[in-house]
Amino acid sequence: MPSMPHTGAMPAHHYLNDGYGIRSWLFTRDHKRIALLYLAGVTFFFFVGGAFAVLIRLELATPAGDLVSDETYNKLFTMHGVMMVFFFLIPAIPAVLGNFLVPIMIGAKDLAFPKLNLASWYIYIIGGLFTLYALVNGGVDTGWTFYTPFSTVSSTTNVIPTALGIFITGFSSILTGLNFIVTMHKMRAPGMTWFRMPLFLWSTYATSLINVLGTPVIAITIALVAVERIFHFGFFDPRVGGDPVLFQHLFWFYSHPAVYIMVLPAMGVVSELVAAGCRKEVFGYKFVAFASLAIAILGFLVWGHHMFVAGESVYSALIFSILSFLVAIPSAVKVFNWTATMYKGSVSFQTPMLYAYGFIGLFTIGGLTGLFLASIAVDVHVTDTYFIVAHFHYIMVGGTIMGYLGGLHFWWPKISGRLYNETLAKLSAGIIFIGFNLTFFPQFVLGYLGMPRRYHAYPPDFQVLNVLSSAGASILGVGYLIPMIYLMWSLRYGRAAGRNPWGAVGLEWTTPSPPPTENFEQTPTVTWEPYDYPSIADAEHRLV
Amino acid sequence: MSSHAHGALAHQFDDLDQQREVASLGMWIFLATEVLFFGGLFLVYSVYRSWYPQAFAAASHELIVWAGTLNTVVLITSSLTVVLAVHAAQSGRRRTLVVMLLATIVLGCVFLGVKAFEYRSEYLEHHVPGMGFQFEPDYFLHAQIFFSLYFIMTGLHAVHMIIGLAIMSVMVWMSSRGDITPEYYNPIEVSGLYWHFVDIVWIFLFPLLYLIGRHVH
Amino acid sequence: MSTDTTHAHASSPTRVYYVIFAVLLVCTYLTWQVAYFDLGRLNTVAALVIAGVKASLVVWFFMHARSGPRLTLVIALGALLWLAILLALTAGDYLTR
Repeated sequence: MPSMPHTGAMPAHHYLNDGYGIRSWLFTRDHKRIALLYLAGVTFFFFVGGAFAVLIRLELATPAGDLVSDETYNKLFTMHGVMMVFFFLIPAIPAVLGNFLVPIMIGAKDLAFPKLNLASWYIYIIGGLFTLYALVNGGVDTGWTFYTPFSTVSSTTNVIPTALGIFITGFSSILTGLNFIVTMHKMRAPGMTWFRMPLFLWSTYATSLINVLGTPVIAITIALVAVERIFHFGFFDPRVGGDPVLFQHLFWFYSHPAVYIMVLPAMGVVSELVAAGCRKEVFGYKFVAFASLAIAILGFLVWGHHMFVAGESVYSALIFSILSFLVAIPSAVKVFNWTATMYKGSVSFQTPMLYAYGFIGLFTIGGLTGLFLASIAVDVHVTDTYFIVAHFHYIMVGGTIMGYLGGLHFWWPKISGRLYNETLAKLSAGIIFIGFNLTFFPQFVLGYLGMPRRYHAYPPDFQVLNVLSSAGASILGVGYLIPMIYLMWSLRYGRAAGRNPWGAVGLEWTTPSPPPTENFEQTPTVTWEPYDYPSIADAEHRLV
Repeated sequence: MSSHAHGALAHQFDDLDQQREVASLGMWIFLATEVLFFGGLFLVYSVYRSWYPQAFAAASHELIVWAGTLNTVVLITSSLTVVLAVHAAQSGRRRTLVVMLLATIVLGCVFLGVKAFEYRSEYLEHHVPGMGFQFEPDYFLHAQIFFSLYFIMTGLHAVHMIIGLAIMSVMVWMSSRGDITPEYYNPIEVSGLYWHFVDIVWIFLFPLLYLIGRHVH
Repeated sequence: MSTDTTHAHASSPTRVYYVIFAVLLVCTYLTWQVAYFDLGRLNTVAALVIAGVKASLVVWFFMHARSGPRLTLVIALGALLWLAILLALTAGDYLTR
């Protein structure tokens, strides 16, 4: 990759100036504009969830529960989890990058169902509003996991609006997944066979499968929680013969695959970044493609590992444990293949690549600690401690958010037609990496030493590690704020990017930046293999 | 091709065939999500039926079998009228299409009417959980779980029926206006798929809810 | 032209639909009757098998899975498989407690 991206001129007509005014945005059917609508939404919810994280880490800077009461603290971690999981991590990469890129990467003019795509955004926002209402009306304190019978019987907080919000937003994921699957099956340009598709699309396809198969189950489950609270039916209430563990089976049947909804798209982004950043085809393309599918499928078979100490039978736990070890294999295949791609590649250190390398390292740590947890003997000691918290934050923040930011930076020139300030971008990436590790590595130690999660006070022996973690969190927060500034600044003052500032291979780099509303000046015919790097200097020559 | 057909082609597609395949594929995937959606309730049902077989049998006895059977026949008939409607659309027989769609709507209304009658009877018998529920003391708690499941599962099914009726009404409107041609009949086909699915859910609900332990008088 | 193929399929099937309709009614009658015999655990099995047959007939003939693309069948079977995963692995817990 050249040290300075190629620059060019802004095209005269593109999707951003194709119609002005709020109505042209709120009634758009252009997948690219819808992607930006989602960008606004997910960014907003990210900072709401982040605000709760700040309060949590402030409280935990001292051993005493002195900032907020225990009940308020319960609300803080609940709202943090709900906002981050359902309104940021699950939609972010698919709805922002996926919506923007899927049609372009396959050479289509739009998704299969553009109006449904817009409806998905409205559904997402309406669900978000229900949850925001719950927030301002006093919050929810059940944990994002809504375990029964607390959530159905005893909790006195806004469970029903939150449950409804999640229920509604779930349909946004379902419909987006449906849209992507149909689009990829039916609307690929001539010559774009399945195995010529970029790996980002394989990951998106696998993610869409999970969205379509898993989300309906959380929908009915969270609806049952709301119904229980209203009608007191007793499905999960042991006093009337119900089983609280049944709720957990239903909840985790979705919520475990949900973590793959969160990480698979990021892995897809990383495949693209590593190929472009090393100017080399991804090693073992088919293995990586099939690994995405394997993760999606196997991910549905392991949910019981969240329930080792909940009361499921030992035999059931054993089966879930073995399957959990198996699901690590395709993830490992991807890490090996990315590494092999980098070997003897022309490795670059542009900002998107920094995020990709960060992902590979941090996801490996998060994933390996997942293996510790798959082992029942270890899990019974560290479950419900900070070890778990550290594990999933390594994957979701060290993994997904790094992938998201890497992708956002990589495709920013395509989306906006502008280049951002590379120095500030590298600086932010560095701050984020340092802040992240300082926040979450101490939490592995804390968990191992026995500090429970979801407690607002702790023994003084744990204070040093907690202070390190809180310090890290403040650094991390700063790291997340800086890109907001320079990315927005670039929209107005950034240099024009030109078609292909990175010299990357892919259909999206053959069209102008920003693309015209119909994506391509004429429908492309694909005759080259993915990541066909050495034989071309600049993908512009590939326009047929 | 008629001007209607050209007007019906959305800009992201190359031709009407692609559009039809896409519409059908989209509906099939949506129905797959519905299988999982209802499936969660079937899981809850399976667990509690295996835990409380006698209570479930006793409670199931209180349901009105002739109503459930009649409704099953009604829905199966409506699936026939739907598939005849699709066939009429494919062959360009507009009057038959409209008649079959109307027949479907009538049958759907009959179904909902019978359900309303059942719900009312169950309410009067004090079998609605949360509204003065009464049952023989031996099975009181667990019969309540059965009835909760009964109302949620048939209620959710009824909601889907109502949506189906709305969709069919729109189909009647489109058909009478002449928007449906042998080249463009996706809306009918896709609506039909949805309707058949709602029928299939009932095909499972009927024996599982109404016919538990019926051999015991 | 693909409209030709759809017409070719469309020209014969009305009779098929009436036949399948009759079979579905017979199965419904069977379901109802079998319920009144004491077959022990087989009652539930019989009910589910008959319901499964009815559902398969609706999918194959009424929903045109018979003449549709293979992908349709993959989706239908996939959905059932996923439901089976939910039921089976949960049952694995309940049956071994």
